Amino acid sequence: MSVMKELFYPFSEAAVKALRAGDTVRISGLVYTGRDRLHKHLAEGGKCPVQLRDGAIFHCGPVTVRDGDGWRVAAAGPTTSIREEPYMASIIGKYGVRVVIGKGGMGKQTLAACREFGCVYLQAVGGAAALLAKRIRRVDGVDFLDEFGATEALWHLTLDGLETVVGMDAHGNSVYDEVRRDSEQRLRELIG
Amino acid sequence: MTNWVDILTELVHRTTSDLPRDAEQALATAASAEAAGSRSAMLLEALAENTRLARAQGSPLCQDTGTLTFFFDVPQGYDTLALENAAKTAVAAATANGWLRKNTIDSLSGRSIDDNVADGAPVCHFEQSDRDDVEVWLLQKGGGSENMSRQYSLPDSAIGAGRDLDGVRKCLLDAVWRTQGFGCAPGVLGVCIGADRAEGFLQAKKQLLRPLDDVSDNPQLAELERRVLAEANSLGIGPMGMGGKTTLLGVKVTSRTRLPASFFVTVAYLCWACRHRGILVDANGEPQDLN
Ligand code: SF4
Repeated sequence: MSVMKELFYPFSEAAVKALRAGDTVRISGLVYTGRDRLHKHLAEGGKCPVQLRDGAIFHCGPVTVRDGDGWRVAAAGPTTSIREEPYMASIIGKYGVRVVIGKGGMGKQTLAACREFGCVYLQAVGGAAALLAKRIRRVDGVDFLDEFGATEALWHLTLDGLETVVGMDAHGNSVYDEVRRDSEQRLRELIG
Repeated sequence: MTNWVDILTELVHRTTSDLPRDAEQALATAASAEAAGSRSAMLLEALAENTRLARAQGSPLCQDTGTLTFFFDVPQGYDTLALENAAKTAVAAATANGWLRKNTIDSLSGRSIDDNVADGAPVCHFEQSDRDDVEVWLLQKGGGSENMSRQYSLPDSAIGAGRDLDGVRKCLLDAVWRTQGFGCAPGVLGVCIGADRAEGFLQAKKQLLRPLDDVSDNPQLAELERRVLAEANSLGIGPMGMGGKTTLLGVKVTSRTRLPASFFVTVAYLCWACRHRGILVDANGEPQDLN
């Protein structure tokens, strides 16, 4: 029986490199959300209001509600990561991002950047809104709220043991590629 | 006098937060089939915990609260316009309560329609029945799963599918394979063989309302359902496409006539968050659970 690993912010290169594709991981601490607008903005050289080095980008558009002076997450879920494939590799390289969280995996360029710069891609549980809202301990802040809108904004979230699986590790391995290859072979057997 | 707004608002609330027990049971069975501590077991257990949390809190199971489609079976002469208006009022109320996300975009302007109500939203279908009660089913289907629905036109040389049931089987396995990494597996296939394109999608979607243990009355279709379920699960795609024994929880197939020139196979894919609930409302306005 394998044991779930733990990952805490700030995410060190050594901790990230110790993870292997297929490992189950609980991630805790600060992460930043980003979707299409943020990735395009950063890849085009726009200013970055936070320190991404040894940090995590979470492909997620949380549903947030005002709570006194701050915010509370009502529901949240990972969004499909492959949309950011054109931008992800350059952002990992330029900013030193160590962890990307999302769903569905990413392409060859991101996989290569994970290996070159020491970064991992973590698969979150797709659609598990109630669970994810529970694992987000608090909202620490937000940037680009007016510019990008609430869904696309850069939210600062503190996670508390969010369950993930290492989809792509820092050594060039991708669970998605592996499953795709094996399932394609089986598909050929079944449909000729 | 039946209070349709209250009844339908409650139906939306239950559908969005309370996964049908058969689906919950199927996820639990899938989890116990995986090795303890494996990544597939962890993902399935997380879905089970999410299901319990959403039910206990009455909060959405998934943040994508989806397209809402109501299917009404009504007695002769029933006022369907009043039902459609009640459905719209119910959806607006459920949105205001946070049970549905602001999830509706004007396709031309790109602007959000904040109460989720517009022409054709929610979608309402009506059929006349010979009973004096009203049967209502609600299906909530998210974008990630709807994006994975597809239609094949046979013969399809790319997958070697001819105009017979074996060709249909190949389409269904191809559809499951293409869904990996999207559409949050494990899911359910609703399938229509035949019909025209539009009717094919409607009938395929209606198949998603069947209980997971329901078997087609037609022996050929029953065999197809059984075989495709087993073969799809042998692909090893697994929960979230991360590998594992369970890729599908069910396969439900119906057939319609076709034109000599057409042979469509329509696949409606529904993710693990297979939110559908039915009620039967008698003449006194008392709803009874049908799941
Ligand atoms: S595919 Fe289903 S579970 Fe996944 S995000 Fe969409 S609606 Fe939610």
